[in-house]
Formats: sequence, C-alpha cells, structure tokens
Amino acid sequence: MKVPLLNIDALINDPQTRIIVCCGAGGVGKTTTAAALGLRAAESGRRVVVLTIDPARRLAQSLGLTTLDNTPRPVKDVDDTRGGSLDAMMLDMKRTFDEVVEAHATADKAEQILANPFYQAVSSSFAGTQEYMAMEKLGQLRLEADRNPDHPRWDLIVVDTPPSRSALDFLDAPKRLGSFLDGRFIRLLTAPAKAGGRAYLKVFSAGVNIATKTLTKVLGGQMLSDVQTFVAALDTMFGGFRKRADHTYALLSDRTTTFIVVAAPERDALREASYFVDRLDEEQMPLAGLVVNRMYRVSARGLSAARALGAAEELGDEARDNSSVVTSSGASERTAITQGLLRMHAVQAEIAARHESLAKSFIAGHPDIPMVKVPAASGDIHDLVGLRAVGEALAGH
Amino acid sequence: MAPDAGSARDTDWDGVRLHIVTGKGGTGKTTVAAALALALAGEGRKVLLAEVEGRQGISQSFDVPPLALTETRIAHAAHAGEVFGLAVDPKAALLEYLQMYYKLGRAGGVLEKFGAIDFATTIAPGVRDVLLTGKVYEAVRRRRDHRAKGPGAAPAYDAVVVDAPPTGRVVRFLNVNHEVADLARVGPIRSQANSITAMLKSPQTAVHLVTLLEEMPVQETVDTIAELRSVGMPIGGVIINQVREEILTPDVLEAASRNAISRADVAADLTRVHLRATDAVLDGLLTEARDHAERVTLEREQAEVIEGLGRPTYRLPSLSEGVDANGIREMAETLMAQGMA
Repeated sequence: MKVPLLNIDALINDPQTRIIVCCGAGGVGKTTTAAALGLRAAESGRRVVVLTIDPARRLAQSLGLTTLDNTPRPVKDVDDTRGGSLDAMMLDMKRTFDEVVEAHATADKAEQILANPFYQAVSSSFAGTQEYMAMEKLGQLRLEADRNPDHPRWDLIVVDTPPSRSALDFLDAPKRLGSFLDGRFIRLLTAPAKAGGRAYLKVFSAGVNIATKTLTKVLGGQMLSDVQTFVAALDTMFGGFRKRADHTYALLSDRTTTFIVVAAPERDALREASYFVDRLDEEQMPLAGLVVNRMYRVSARGLSAARALGAAEELGDEARDNSSVVTSSGASERTAITQGLLRMHAVQAEIAARHESLAKSFIAGHPDIPMVKVPAASGDIHDLVGLRAVGEALAGH
Repeated sequence: MAPDAGSARDTDWDGVRLHIVTGKGGTGKTTVAAALALALAGEGRKVLLAEVEGRQGISQSFDVPPLALTETRIAHAAHAGEVFGLAVDPKAALLEYLQMYYKLGRAGGVLEKFGAIDFATTIAPGVRDVLLTGKVYEAVRRRRDHRAKGPGAAPAYDAVVVDAPPTGRVVRFLNVNHEVADLARVGPIRSQANSITAMLKSPQTAVHLVTLLEEMPVQETVDTIAELRSVGMPIGGVIINQVREEILTPDVLEAASRNAISRADVAADLTRVHLRATDAVLDGLLTEARDHAERVTLEREQAEVIEGLGRPTYRLPSLSEGVDANGIREMAETLMAQGMA
C-alpha cells in the first residue's frame, strides 16, 4: 500500500498556511513537534509565533520562556538569514480570562467581575478553563497578526493544544460555550436580576421556582448569589464573548488553518489519533496529516531479528564446545561481545517491527491520511539544536 | 474492617484503601492501575477500579465490553478475589448525588430540563472534578451492608483504585474540593467538599506515580510529588514502567560508549556463523551499541533521581508483546512480588 507522505516543508512554506494546530494524546511529543515546526518555518523565512500551553521546563527554557507573562517573546539564536523570525509564548489562562473581561465589559463591571469569588475560582484553578482560553488566545494572536495587513507581525501561528482529558475538548470548547450562552440555564440564573425577564418567566415560572429552590438547597444561598452576580455581570459581555468563540471556531475550519495530529507508536496514542482524524473529518476541518513520533529504528537494517538471534545462539554453542576442550578466555570474551550485540539488535529490531506494524494498522484504517514518521532520539530534546534535528526528521530528511 | 484474608502477607500499603494512580501521558498509568487493582484483589479481596476521564481505558486493558454506568465485574483474582470496573460519569454522579443527599426526585428532572445538569457537568469548569472525586469518595465509604453504620461495618470494597488524570492535572483534580470549600463558605456543598478533602488527605489514601526512565516523565514525577506535598496529599510509591532488560554487560556497554569494540573481531565472529559481515551490518551494530549505551547512561541518571525521592519504588519490565489482559496479570504478579500489594 502506498502511503501519502506528509510534506511538512511544502506546508510551512505555503504562504496560505497561517495557523497550524498540533493535537494528540498527552505524552506523544506535541509541544516538541509544535516548537520544531515553528523553528523550521522561521528559519525558512516565515514570521512565526508558537503558542505553547504547558511545556516541559527545559524545552521552555530553550525557547527563552522563563517567565510566564502571557506575551509572545522573541526566541534567541534563530537563524534569520531568510528574513524569518520566531516568537514564543506560554499561555497564562487566568491572565487571558482577565483580559477578555477587561476588553468586553465597562470598567466598573469588569472590576465587579474580577472581584467575584466565583469568577476567581473559575478563571484560575479549575480544569476546563484552559481549553477556552487557548482558543481565545489563538483568536487574539490572529487579530494581532493581522492588525497591519501590509506588515503582519506574524504570518504563521503554531498552536500546541492543552493536555486535555481528551484531545477533542479543544475543538469542542467554543461550541460548548456557545450552547451555554444560548441555554435556558443562563436565563434561569440571570432572570431574577433582570426586570425585563419577568414576563417571559411567567410561562415557566413553576419550573423556575423548583429549579431555583433546588439550586439554593444544593449550593447554599450565598454561593448561588455569587454565581448569579457573576453570570449577571458577564451577561453584558456575552455578545462579545459569543462572537469571539464563533469567530475562533470559523477560523479553525478556514482554509488557512491546518491540523497536524501527533501520535506515538503506542496503541492508546494511535487510537486517540484515529478518533481525532475522524472527528476533524466530520467537522470538515482541514487536516494536513499525522506525525508519528518516537519511531524506533535499527541501524543494521538488513539483519532480521530472527537471523541475529540464530547467529547469537550459534556463537553460544560454539563457545560451550570450545570451553570443554581448551579455553582461550580472550577469544570467548570477544565472542561474548558479538553475541551481546546480536541479542541487543534482535530486541531492538522487534520493537522497531512492532512500531511499524502499529503504524500500518493506523494506515489500514485511514489510507488517505498523509503521514510522516519521526525516529526516536536517544535523549530528550531541550535546545534549538535538538529542535532543528526534529524539524529535519519532520521534513522527512 | 472485614476479616482480612491477606493479613499473612505484609505489603507496603497495608491500611491504604484508596489508591490513586497518576503519571505523565504515555507512561502507561491506566495499565498500571489495572495491574494494581488485580494485585490488590489477590487473596480473595474485592476491589473497584475506577476511571474518571471517559476514555474506556479499563475495558480496553481487560479486553471487556465498554463499561456501563454501573459497577461491573471485569476480572477474577486468586482465592475468589474480584475486580469491578466503573467508568465514573459526572452526569450520573450528579443525579445520584442529588438523589442520595437531597432526595430530589422530580426536582432533579427539572434541573436537567433547564440545562443545569449539563451546565454543571460539562460547562462549569471544575464542577466535573468535584463530582468525579465525590463518586470515588462514595465508593470508598460504601458499606457491604448498607444499613450497617460505624467504623466496625464491613466496607463494600476492600480497596478502590483510581486511574486518575495525568500528572499535569492531577493535583488540581484532587484539590478541587478544597477550592470549592473556599468558594462555598457555608452550606451543604461546603461540608461535602470538606469530607472528600479529609478522606483524600488521610492515611487511607495514597497517590502513586507511574514513570518511565526518561527525563520528562521523571521531572514531572519529581514536580508532582512536590506539588502533592505542598497541598498535603499522601504520596504513595513510584512505579517505573517499561524497564528494559539489560542485555549488554557493563564491560561491553563501556566499550561501546568509547567506540572501543573491535570491528574486526565482530566481523570474524559473524562470518564464522555465516552472516555476511557487510559494512552496513557492522556499522549498524556498532552504532546501535553506542546509542544503546547512551540510553542506558541516561536511564541510570534518571533512576538515581527517582531513588533520591526516597519513595518505595517498583519496577515493571517492558512487555515485548505490548500490553494485553495477560500482560496485566504478569504486571500484577510483579507488583505483588515486589510488595506493592
């Protein structure tokens, strides 16, 4: 079966590509892939910003991300001979949320919201907020990039998705927000605070009473009123919020956006990749292809595991035969080295074969998805030299 | 406590009833959680294995149909031990909670109609985690005979194992009740959250960390232990997963890293056993040996970092065939042999 190759260089060199979203299960090397793509694009002449969500400490340091200030900063030591540049930033979700509030509400309303205990908890410490804010930040970066169409600050945004419960959360965040903003529950929470809602409420006021009573019972009066104040305050900025979420979702399905699904040669990671590929297809989102990181490869490619093991055994037999006659210990030690090398090769060749077969089973289910395999590095990657090497591998070199 | 069938064997976590298993993505925490549940169920115990992220990882690990909303027996262990599986669903947990504590009945349905249930379980950030930990709390406290009360009553499960969120989110997940308690200064949610937090921080609970001998997962293990400590969560053991068998002797490794293996000797050996000692094969084998030596050195450094943590440590070998239901049994036996269960 001929598998289409994911041509990374064609993708990053195409001026039509404005956003690349890297997604996939946790622990597959998403952040490294995003950073390596960004670096490669910058060094081939693009003006790039990489948005990382939760980078490993040393990778972050290699990008100069030592402080978390929610602003893109230039990465040092990038080769700019082709006119490109690389900025990088780490998402600060609380700060991003605060900025949204400040941008959409009047000064006194904003102050009221920022001081609300419910808002503070939601914006800083709860899981789930990250997905919304990653989307929001992506929208902001795009706006900033386009501010001056003649001299865009960036012409390519590379996004690393949050380490979600599921890779799909990222995609669902704007829709969920939208359905919430349109929902009856919002009206239930905001209605008592709004005089204009009364007439409408009469229609289902019995239900409202039960619901409100229940909420009071469960949450306690004080918490319910905090929640209500929060929602009422947010109400004034819902329009803007909603528009933004819709806009970002539209941006994701735009022709200038492309998704790269990242996986590792493990059953679970490939299953997740498979879900994601199907889901992007359903939503008609533009998918460039699949990157399979950490593919194990042997160097002595012509030697099969079985033959290596057979040869190792033969050497073992020979050593035993010799030892019953005369021993030249130097010779048997040397042979032990060769035996060791052959056994080690056999184990590695088996791992490599397993990785290949996992990749093949993915291809069998998705024969049209372009793929590129990135060999496993023997150590972790935490500097620009390492990222450049990953970039080379991504480009199939 | 129930008559303890396992009292003859001392294990490292006697007295712990809630085992929370976390690890960086890709370290195999789900299979380790499954193996631990199976190991704990040995000696005729009843163990619940709960997953909280809706991935159906348990059904895939044990090769059983996807778990429904009820607790289902998924495996038998030695001496009539049993493992039950549960995929905790926040919506079901919320409705059950409302029914159990508030006897809501129809009002629960009204909340559902207004979208309040959807709001709480999918949109309101954090509530989901409260519900998930709340359900785990309920399972740990449940009695075999639901009318029995007090500390003497036999628990429904001898142990509960949770396949928890990965290291990046686990502290937030476990500490979410603490946050809620700050938010709801009075009222029923506050007292419920306080009870959950008290259980999670008690000596009945242990948070175990799964890692590989690689830099990033080890770094996350170190960071997560520090974070858990700072919020007062009881830290369990460290499980090093996918440990590769040592094939080369220390001498050979050392020679390989110095590029000091004699190419001519290897060529002679290969030729004697009728393998064609081409340059490609010879260079390939020597390169592999050098890369392998480099990797082993990195792994040793990481093993030392883990040792420096001073936690009970367990090692699970890499299973060449990948992990299936049989692999999980093998892993369970290894954990038992090493005293984890």
